[in-house]
Amino acid sequence: MPKRSESERNVSAAEQFTAALRPYWRWTGRALALTGIGLLAGGCHLDMWNQPKQRPLSKSEFFEDGAAARPLEDGVVPFGYADRDQVIETGVTADGQPAMEFPMELSAEVLERGRERFNIYCAMCHDQTGTGQGIIVQRGFTEPPSFHEPRLREATPGHFFDVITNGVGDMYPQRSRVVPEDRWAIAAYIRVLQLSQHATIDDVPEDAREELE
Amino acid sequence: MPQIFPKTANMLAHMSIVGAVLAFVIFVSVLAIIYRSPYVTQVNVVREQPIPFSHQHHVEQLGIDCRYCHDTVETSGFAGMPSSETCMTCHSQIWTDQPMLQPVVQSYENEQPIEWIRVHDLPDFAYFDHSIHVQKGISCVECHGRVDQMPLVRKTETLHMSWCLECHRTPEEFIRPREHVFTMDWTPEPGEDRYAMGEALVQEYNIRKEQLTNCSICHR
Ligand code: HEC
Ligand code: HEC
Ligand code: HEC
Ligand code: HEC
Ligand code: HEC
Ligand code: HEC
Repeated sequence: MPKRSESERNVSAAEQFTAALRPYWRWTGRALALTGIGLLAGGCHLDMWNQPKQRPLSKSEFFEDGAAARPLEDGVVPFGYADRDQVIETGVTADGQPAMEFPMELSAEVLERGRERFNIYCAMCHDQTGTGQGIIVQRGFTEPPSFHEPRLREATPGHFFDVITNGVGDMYPQRSRVVPEDRWAIAAYIRVLQLSQHATIDDVPEDAREELE
Repeated sequence: MPQIFPKTANMLAHMSIVGAVLAFVIFVSVLAIIYRSPYVTQVNVVREQPIPFSHQHHVEQLGIDCRYCHDTVETSGFAGMPSSETCMTCHSQIWTDQPMLQPVVQSYENEQPIEWIRVHDLPDFAYFDHSIHVQKGISCVECHGRVDQMPLVRKTETLHMSWCLECHRTPEEFIRPREHVFTMDWTPEPGEDRYAMGEALVQEYNIRKEQLTNCSICHR
């Protein structure tokens, strides 16, 4: 008999313990279950992070050259390019000669754009005034001719366009970085640089000449 | 025989519940801390690149503009990476004999791309576009830090959603005049109030603040 009552007492102590826990248990259980689901769901998120799609310049197993970006087939005309001005695009007029004139209107905006683009893409070699003493030349690159020498002062706009597009001698082509409109803007700005060193009084409008004299 | 559970067991039972809650809170906090630690976000961690290209050398010392190499940053979502031809415009003659540069020369000659390792990488479910930020006067510095002073590129921001939203809620604090987006060391004129200037620019550039926090702007 005493044995039984002892175990009874034990049971009741254990029961007391669980009974004390019971109201909390329900919530702990639920919380744990939710956390578990949350963590599991969290663990699966990588397929949304790395979706089976290609981003610019990413790798691809599918194509032989390993690149996802595809080169254009020969003769492809990008949308909207078919009826663009051929002189603007190529710098060559119908008779196959480099353009003698600028194919667009020269406005302050065009020249400003030209100044900005020249300073980004050309000035480190040709320097900001076009004398050909840019920092890369100081570090050992071939020295380009100054834009202020007579031959280049007489060069046509189409010649500058052609040099930017196709390069010349040690100068690599810049066409992949500079779109045609910007090439013309830069060519116009080279003209501005040249005039800035060689302007005569005849270039100044008559009513402004007095100020200079 | 004494009781198996002494009176204090009741206390222990209650304590263990408090303990469980505490443990849970600590667990979650630790997760949150790890999530924001450089180990996970990779902030300020440099990657091993095929060529140890130095922005400090090229941008700060030589003064090359970001757009010479990242040439689509103003016009498209993707900033653009320089082709090996771009490197060769100068390196056809400069430092050509350095072993460090051989991958560039080889890539150019064999027409095999250089495989740069991405430093900034958003998850694919988030949409980002460089051109709109650059056009609206948000400088590279606000998101990439002083790249011009980095020998090797590293992230300076977590790129967490909360970080994007911080600016999308108050662009006034970060915006600057468009023409200075590429000026790495730009600061407002002395005495100029950046916030007031920011508010004016937000007006001028037509920034629609009220919709910049819509989920569909970035998750589309
Ligand atoms: C990496 C340095 C470098 C860059 C960048 C560069 N050039 Fe040149 N450029 C040269 C060199 C070198 C020459 C001389 C080439 C030769 O004769 O071998 C040259 C020559 C020229 C000439 C003279 C061509 C002739 O008829 O003799 C023009 C015009 C010119 N560059 C314009 C530009 C313009 C415009 C840009 C920007 C879009 C530019 N260059 C960017 C290095 C550069
Ligand atoms: C001479 C070329 C060149 C110029 C100029 C240049 N970069 Fe880079 N940039 C690179 C190359 C190459 C890489 C890839 C190597 C790397 O990540 O270190 C790169 C990588 C980067 C990255 C990291 C991209 C990633 O993987 O997430 C950022 C950000 C960046 N450049 C910003 C700038 C900024 C801002 C400027 C102007 C201050 C600039 N770059 C100027 C060539 C250039
Ligand atoms: C506008 C010219 C120019 C372009 C474009 C350019 N570099 Fe350079 N780079 C230089 C010059 C100049 C030096 C030498 C610096 C010196 O002498 O102080 C140099 C040095 C280097 C060095 C070794 C020195 C160092 O620790 O930085 C590496 C590596 C290098 N360039 C990689 C590249 C890569 C890769 C690219 C293409 C993403 C690139 N460069 C594009 C001009 C250029
Ligand atoms: C509003 C913030 C922000 C600004 C401003 C910003 N970037 Fe980025 N940049 C990012 C983010 C975010 C990524 C990662 C994009 C991804 O993973 O799709 C990134 C990625 C890049 C990359 C890697 C190539 C790519 O497009 O994924 C380069 C290079 C880069 N930025 C250069 C620049 C330059 C240069 C400027 C300044 C003209 C600039 N960034 C301005 C946020 C910014
Ligand atoms: C430093 C400020 C800043 C940061 C950081 C920033 N943005 Fe922006 N974001 C802007 C501004 C300003 C605009 C222009 C809003 C407008 O024109 O109405 C913008 C516009 C956008 C747009 C285009 C909205 C549209 O109308 O189509 C997207 C997409 C975008 N941001 C995504 C992001 C993402 C993703 C991040 C984080 C990786 C981010 N931005 C971080 C300032 C910021
Ligand atoms: C300014 C851009 C932007 C806006 C607006 C935005 N998000 Fe995000 N969101 C992000 C970016 C970036 C990430 C990736 C964060 C990372 O890399 O950890 C992200 C991640 C997330 C995630 C994944 C959890 C995480 O942090 O990794 C969820 C869920 C989410 N966004 C929901 C939303 C909801 C809901 C809204 C609208 C209330 C919203 N987002 C608006 C840019 C944005």
